Amino acid sequence: MSVADLVKGVLNGKRRDLARLISLIEDEDSDALEALSHLYKHTGKAHIIGVTGPPGSGKSSLVTKLTAEFRKRENTIGIVCVDPSSPFTGGALLGDRIRMQEHSLDKEVYVRSMGTRGHLGGLARATSGAVRAIDAFGKDIIFVETVGAGQSEVEVIDIAHTVIVTDVPGSGDDIQAIKAGIMEIADIFVVNKMDLDGSDKKVTEINAMLDIDPRAKAWRPPVLLTNSRTGDGVPELADTILEHLKFLKDSGQLQEKGLKRSRDELQELMRYKLTRELCQKLEGQPEYEAAIKKIASRKEDPYSVAERLIAEFLFSESR
Amino acid sequence: MSSSKKIRVLVAKPGLDGHDRGAKIVARALRDAGMEVIYTGLRQTPEMVVSAALDEGVHCIGLSILSGAHNALFPKIMELLKEEGADDILVVGGGIIPEDDIPDLKKAGIAAIFGPGTPLDEIIEYIKANVKL
Repeated sequence: MSVADLVKGVLNGKRRDLARLISLIEDEDSDALEALSHLYKHTGKAHIIGVTGPPGSGKSSLVTKLTAEFRKRENTIGIVCVDPSSPFTGGALLGDRIRMQEHSLDKEVYVRSMGTRGHLGGLARATSGAVRAIDAFGKDIIFVETVGAGQSEVEVIDIAHTVIVTDVPGSGDDIQAIKAGIMEIADIFVVNKMDLDGSDKKVTEINAMLDIDPRAKAWRPPVLLTNSRTGDGVPELADTILEHLKFLKDSGQLQEKGLKRSRDELQELMRYKLTRELCQKLEGQPEYEAAIKKIASRKEDPYSVAERLIAEFLFSESR
Repeated sequence: MSSSKKIRVLVAKPGLDGHDRGAKIVARALRDAGMEVIYTGLRQTPEMVVSAALDEGVHCIGLSILSGAHNALFPKIMELLKEEGADDILVVGGGIIPEDDIPDLKKAGIAAIFGPGTPLDEIIEYIKANVKL
């Protein structure tokens, strides 16, 4: 299938072509970049909502219930859910779909599961491209569900407009709430499984943490209670998500985020491409292999060799 | 040109039985063989199976069924895949399926049936050898 046909298919709402494109993105196929570059001008319309939190805190169920709520409000939905790939075999068991059965025949909901394929940070390398493809496909809201996050999987802030951090009652004391990392990235906190003992205490702990946050903020992350089995609290959460989007627009932060995102993305793409070209050029070259041996035997150090190789590469490219 | 194609498999349980032990064991074995396995859970209609397979861009569908409804559900799934132009997806089945039923299921397009006691390696090797990437 040609790239032009694929692009046309995605823009015309053909789900199979969207699925095909996301597979190409995952496999780092060169056609994928070409397709994405054609699709880029059609993106930037969707509200991207990141959902992160520890394993088993109800992220998939919450996304399912939020999807139902936003479907009631006539929005179309895309969902990308990321689960870990095995560091040993590269295989993965992607099970987030199990909780999303109720939408499986809704043509306005597109769900895609993704393995991390060795990428750290809570997302897969392909997540950002997949979200962009779904954006071009025309979904109004795109949920990005991270892997069950520990404390430092915070990459979702780079692609989401609104980040929801889920937690559950009884998950550690108030010290956990003041640690750096994931607790700092939330635009909205959700204490899920609100029917369990200790949910009010959890809300208090998070609020106490927010009370002493030195970063003066125009938006203080609300802390909401939900039950993603019954759906209690979900309409309020959906309202809060929309309020946050409105805040981003009114305060000019949406534009700022967009600029920062474009800068980061351009840098990352250049870094990736440069590194790959450099490595491809050097791989197997006798001097390169010799330098590696010298580093291993302590005759040279990796710091100066890296400097030298990069300088030579840039010099040769500039001629 | 592609650098790192990974086999993606949908493991699905169509029909109404709740015996998912076999499906889970197979899902786990395929995972350990380096594949990406999407497990959809119990009680899938043929429409749900096909819609999930298309969205997820899988290369193979593994169907597990122990209710006896395979003669109705498996061909229906093949029919829907054909309608979507997706009959290049490799479809294999497993569960409690009488020998006598296998020829007709194969005629309907099911590539292979793996009954109880099939070594997991046999399933893995079969998928690796027959899947169209």
